[in-house]
Amino acid sequence: MKFCLYRYRPESGEKPFMQEVELDIDPAGKMLLDALIAIKAQDETLSLRRSCREGVCGSDAVNVNGKNRLACITPLSELTEPIEVRPLPGLPVIRDLVVDMEPFYRQYRSVKPWLVNDDPEPEVERLQSPQDRALLDGAYECILCACCTTACPSFWWNPEKFVGPAGLLQAYRFIADSRDEATPARLDNLEDPYRLYRCRGIMNCVDACPKGLNPTAAIGRIKALLVKRRV
Amino acid sequence: MNTRRFDALIIGGGGAGLRAALQLARSDYTVAVVSKVFPTRSHTVSAQGGITAALANVDDDRWEWHMYDTVKGGDWLGDQDAIEFMCREAASAVYELEHMGLPFSRLDNGKIYQRPFGGQSKHFGGDQATRTCAAADRTGHALLHTLYQQNIQHRTQFFDEYFALDLLRDADGYCLGVSAFSIETGEPLLIEARATLLATGGAGRVFGNSSNAMINTGDGLGMVLRAGLPLQDMEFWQFHPTGIAGVGCLITEGVRGEGGYLLNKHGERFMERYAPHARDLAGRDVVARAIAIEIAEGRGCGPRADCVDLKLDHLGEQAIVEKLPGIRELSIRFAGVDPIKAPIPVAPTAHYMMGGIPTNLHGQVVAPARFGPEEPVPGLYAVGECACVSVHGANRLGGNSLLDLVVFGRAAGRHMLEYLRDNPYPRPLPGDAADASRARLARWEQPGNERITAITDDLRRTMQTRCGVFRTDTVLREGFTQLNELEARLAHAGLQDTSRVFNTARIEALELENLIGVARATLVSAISRTESRGAHTREDFPQRDDEHWLKHTLYSREGDQVDAKPVRLKPLTVESIRPKERVY
Repeated sequence: MKFCLYRYRPESGEKPFMQEVELDIDPAGKMLLDALIAIKAQDETLSLRRSCREGVCGSDAVNVNGKNRLACITPLSELTEPIEVRPLPGLPVIRDLVVDMEPFYRQYRSVKPWLVNDDPEPEVERLQSPQDRALLDGAYECILCACCTTACPSFWWNPEKFVGPAGLLQAYRFIADSRDEATPARLDNLEDPYRLYRCRGIMNCVDACPKGLNPTAAIGRIKALLVKRRV
Repeated sequence: MNTRRFDALIIGGGGAGLRAALQLARSDYTVAVVSKVFPTRSHTVSAQGGITAALANVDDDRWEWHMYDTVKGGDWLGDQDAIEFMCREAASAVYELEHMGLPFSRLDNGKIYQRPFGGQSKHFGGDQATRTCAAADRTGHALLHTLYQQNIQHRTQFFDEYFALDLLRDADGYCLGVSAFSIETGEPLLIEARATLLATGGAGRVFGNSSNAMINTGDGLGMVLRAGLPLQDMEFWQFHPTGIAGVGCLITEGVRGEGGYLLNKHGERFMERYAPHARDLAGRDVVARAIAIEIAEGRGCGPRADCVDLKLDHLGEQAIVEKLPGIRELSIRFAGVDPIKAPIPVAPTAHYMMGGIPTNLHGQVVAPARFGPEEPVPGLYAVGECACVSVHGANRLGGNSLLDLVVFGRAAGRHMLEYLRDNPYPRPLPGDAADASRARLARWEQPGNERITAITDDLRRTMQTRCGVFRTDTVLREGFTQLNELEARLAHAGLQDTSRVFNTARIEALELENLIGVARATLVSAISRTESRGAHTREDFPQRDDEHWLKHTLYSREGDQVDAKPVRLKPLTVESIRPKERVY
């Protein structure tokens, strides 16, 4: 199969370039990550992140033929050749397919992604009805791969100011949690022309999410809550 | 070399490391976590089915029954004091996770959802219990993210994408921190701390077919071996019965807990023959052996007859979508099968290391020294899969590993606080403390013709074929000979990638050194144990031999020596559970 890989070595002093690679691999049942590992076995200078190889750790997000995806759950047979693999857009490239994720993590931390509940702790679990728990479905499963946020033009333009879909989904995960008591503070933290309202609802994030989550819907609910508390 | 100083240092950002770090971060002491991946990429994230605790939310339950099941599941090799401690602390450890925000699934009455898992019983070996607390089938993900979130709230210092090289110790044996380097810049760094905890996880990537993440390369075990300390019970590796055939990705035991079952090519529920009472929910070693026998005797499914079928379509679409969404996704992606419509092809896959760095129940690393066989190494702790406390004995029960992480992570964190109070002053770091690490880094700048990936592939093939589910002396010794050849090749290996920036080839070389240490410990220990117990099945010694082998093995790298130490059959407060025949 034919591949076209983004290569960049900061120490070389050379500009990034696209490298054409031929690999003898039967695509049946194989994922893109299998191919990248096979290419790395031929040329170990190719640098990439990977770990669980089953789509739950979020390490190996890359841009494949123009779309952000996890290499480990992207079947080779679905891809048209030459398969163009680039680092995630909108983040500084460290080397080859490895990007600096810090701007993404910073926005994640900025929404204070932890449960706040100042009531005395009961000696057993806090109760939560299955219906209340169901509100977290589609919100807690995020793996922080950054496929969504780096597919969002609003984040490309304002990575310091716009929280981005992953961070906003995370904020919603706690707003929606019946055990969390900090909703007013969480809404205050987001009520800002950039932090929340740079989302224009173009839904690139929904298209990109490898876990089938819908950050746009979560953002819509946050906006609705803000409207509701105004009126 | 640059130096950073903290009171406490954690190596590894999985569940065990983050639980211990949290205990320290809530105190006045400073704590740093070193992880070779961003913490939520750690392998804890892949745990599916749940965390076991006798909450009795669904059915009668008591921690004493959980303790009995754990002792029996481990084929009596587990230390009963540690097992009592873990099962007693289980409920509070789980409630605490709930208070931190872990999104457990819920029962109609609002309590934490629990499901049946293998090897669980009521009344000391009676009917099936329902003991495993779950967040759908993503419990590990929910647990790891919750603990990470708590750590950022408490401002734990993270060294993300730093690779730890070696322990720093002084002449009196005190652990003073680690040497490490930044993967991003290649810059070496010494991190000094009065107390260091290893929480580096398993080493399942030593096998060719594994459920483990690619980062599970036994780095903490390699560090301990290089420091001249022993490893315990390394012959005991759990092969999970249900990995996706040909790929190895895990399908949780929760599938069978929710009512799924295994079929051979004749459509027979063959587990009825191997475990008439517990059937598909027998111990994992029992089910894995049964599948291996079915396949070996020609009753396997699929075009190559190399797997069996895991049927769950009878559970109905709603139950699968609500309770098992993650494994449905995996099955569709990796097996091309939607379990709502058809059975999943599965086969045993290397899953969990019961052995590891010997510790006591405070997480202190213990080793034979002047005053006895279990002297704490001052300033050094280990918790989680890399440690052997030993609660899992010869075979771990499903749902007990996440429990192990949080119970002993918390216990170790607490003990480290005491240790820091008792040892208020840092000891001076000897001038030559980092020489060995410098030499290790320099070694990988030397040219060589052998390639790392080729040696790694051969190592995995050797361990898979010579040290798998069924073992004999002859086959294990063949494996040992091959391992010696691989080590000789490693001496001639070199890197083509000379960059300092994000040089993953160098990481893989350093990981291979650790894997080879793990493989050696495993093969030598497996050759020495001439009995069958739990996950260690010797065809040439098919019986359990309590007279000679009711004891732990201790492997040291110096001369490939294997020593033994007794199993603690005496619990803390309850009566001992005496060894008897293990039937399900």
